[in-house]
Amino acid sequence: MARILSILVGLFFTVALAWSFGLGFYTWATDPAAPTAEHEFHLLPKEVAFASDGAFGKFDKQQLQRGFQVYKEVCSACHSLNHVAFRDLAQLGYSEGQVKAIAAGFQVPGVDPTTGEANLRPGLPTDYFPKPFANDVAARAANNNAVPPDLSLMTKARHEGPAYVYSLLTGFQAQPAQLLKEFPDSKTPNGLHYNPYFANLNLAMAPPLTGDGQVEYGPGNPKPTVDQMSKDVAAFLIWTAEPSLDKRKQTGLAVTLFLLFATVLGYMAYRNIWAGKKH
Amino acid sequence: MSFPWANEYKPSHPFMQWMDDRLPLPRLVFNSVGAGYPVPRNLNYFWNFGFLAALCLIVQIVTGIVMAMHYAANTAVAFDTIEMTVRDVNWGWMMRYAHANGASMFFIVIYVHIFRGFYYGSYKAPREMVWLLGVVIFLLMMATAFMGYVLPWGQMSFWGAKVITGLFGAIPFVGEPLQQWLLGGFAPDNAALNRFFSLHYLLPFVIVGVVILHIWALHIPGSSNPTGVEVKAESDTVPFYPYYVAKDGWFIGVFAIVFSLMLFYFPNSLGHPDNYIPANPMSTPAHIVPEWYFWPFYAILRAFTQDFFFIPAKLMGVLAMFGAILVWFFLPWLDKSPVRSGSYRPLYKKFFWFGLIPAMAVLFYCGGAAAAEPYVMISQLAALYYFAHFLIVLPIVSAIEKPLPLPYSITESVLGTDEAAQLAPSATV
Repeated sequence: MARILSILVGLFFTVALAWSFGLGFYTWATDPAAPTAEHEFHLLPKEVAFASDGAFGKFDKQQLQRGFQVYKEVCSACHSLNHVAFRDLAQLGYSEGQVKAIAAGFQVPGVDPTTGEANLRPGLPTDYFPKPFANDVAARAANNNAVPPDLSLMTKARHEGPAYVYSLLTGFQAQPAQLLKEFPDSKTPNGLHYNPYFANLNLAMAPPLTGDGQVEYGPGNPKPTVDQMSKDVAAFLIWTAEPSLDKRKQTGLAVTLFLLFATVLGYMAYRNIWAGKKH
Repeated sequence: MSFPWANEYKPSHPFMQWMDDRLPLPRLVFNSVGAGYPVPRNLNYFWNFGFLAALCLIVQIVTGIVMAMHYAANTAVAFDTIEMTVRDVNWGWMMRYAHANGASMFFIVIYVHIFRGFYYGSYKAPREMVWLLGVVIFLLMMATAFMGYVLPWGQMSFWGAKVITGLFGAIPFVGEPLQQWLLGGFAPDNAALNRFFSLHYLLPFVIVGVVILHIWALHIPGSSNPTGVEVKAESDTVPFYPYYVAKDGWFIGVFAIVFSLMLFYFPNSLGHPDNYIPANPMSTPAHIVPEWYFWPFYAILRAFTQDFFFIPAKLMGVLAMFGAILVWFFLPWLDKSPVRSGSYRPLYKKFFWFGLIPAMAVLFYCGGAAAAEPYVMISQLAALYYFAHFLIVLPIVSAIEKPLPLPYSITESVLGTDEAAQLAPSATV
């Protein structure tokens, strides 16, 4: 009885699935989904290497400082960095005095001590990076109806994040003729910019890094080409997304080595205890 | 509760004797995971995963309690408090990654544990209660994990919560009011986040309770073993301590190495990048997917694309998704084969390795893929086999299959011969 019931219930689900499959297969065979420009022309991020890659990779602090400079001089005009405080910059190798000076270079929201009115004051190391826009409405108004996303976690919030940031910054180009030929309706709308590394190909952000030397690097640094600046700011954003990256890998090495040692000891104890006991 | 040859607890220290007369807790431990619990000598490494699951539960509770000390269940700040924990709390990043990856490790371990049960027929008499309690634990784990994933209030947290609670809306008549009652609103918001946090803190302790029942029920008949032949004599068993403490012990090391490689080198590989974007009810992610351990059941949910007679496709999907797990409750009565172990069941073994395992693998893959062809069609075929396996194949196979001859005892299967077997009249064949 139980088996008959079970087989009936089984038939209920399997027949329903076969029905779904059959109709789905028929639609798929007779009326396949039309290809889209996004599907045909979207590109995966480019291959790019960073000092922090791999199990033993470490941040290149010189590069992080350059990336920070690019963020400060270019990106910060539109993009916030909500989760990073000025004090965190000490990790990039800046001295206490330098951190104070950097913080003081930013105006952060404050309160006038005499009147109690809201005002702006120079930043302190304990302050977080100020937001470039008062709210999303202001951000939209200034950016062709798009809100520039916060960059603190950007490299963890996209697939292959660091390579994605680098590819996006270096990927602006004219819309390929082939695309317009195949998908005449997919012309990049006015005010948007074609970039094959962006999910839907058209991006509200104008190319932010337009020419070599846009940011002036100090002596002893590589030439600030668009490619170099993109790489540097991507490296900086790896750090903002995961400041503990170096410590994490160092801890991992110590923990794994200890565990290997302990496991070998444990295995020998196991062999010793079971010796002579067939199993 | 145990075999007659089990070692007896004999406290030697006067304090332990005093204690044993008043609160025999050391005796309980001795009889549960000590020298007083005889275990079949022939267990293979698949039997280590029960112990590992208990370890995972402890890891989750410890890391979770620490995380909760720094978390605030409020939609305005939930995302930020977790980032704060990761950045500004000493070793906060490690706690967070250990908790998130610990959940994945827990599910890996539990899936091995469950499929061990499928293959070796661990659900059969006299261990039905062990099995039923195990399925209850799995359901509680899924509820806990789902609510835990909502707490960071990222994009996938929000949209996952919306999709999953939306499933209740498919129930006829009461669906919509039920959904609003569960959420405390029309969509996931502060009320939902607060109650999810409350339940996410509560349920692990409920799981601990059911785990105790699970182990208690296990200790009545004792552990099963790869031959499926019940323990007959003392030569079939070894005491849990030191034998299985040593075996579980070193295998914990293997597990811990895998866990630490995940935690320290690939901490985000099993998570979805979108959950590093704060929740935004106005912006739907391109692909809404739950965490990987839900993928097979999510694939089953999405496999029902057509209304079936008068039942809407969505309701069919919901019924099937819950049915896919609930069917496990009936396993002891669907599989009537007198032989437990798949090793002695040639036909069942084929359906297990060439049917259930590939179907499950395909469902895992398709559940994480986009809801587009050909993935939907492939998942439909896999889901079809999944239901057919438990509800049609298993009852029929267990009725018609001719099992291979079983060894007389565990001792015989290990040593090739058992003196008791030569004396036993049934062994004359």
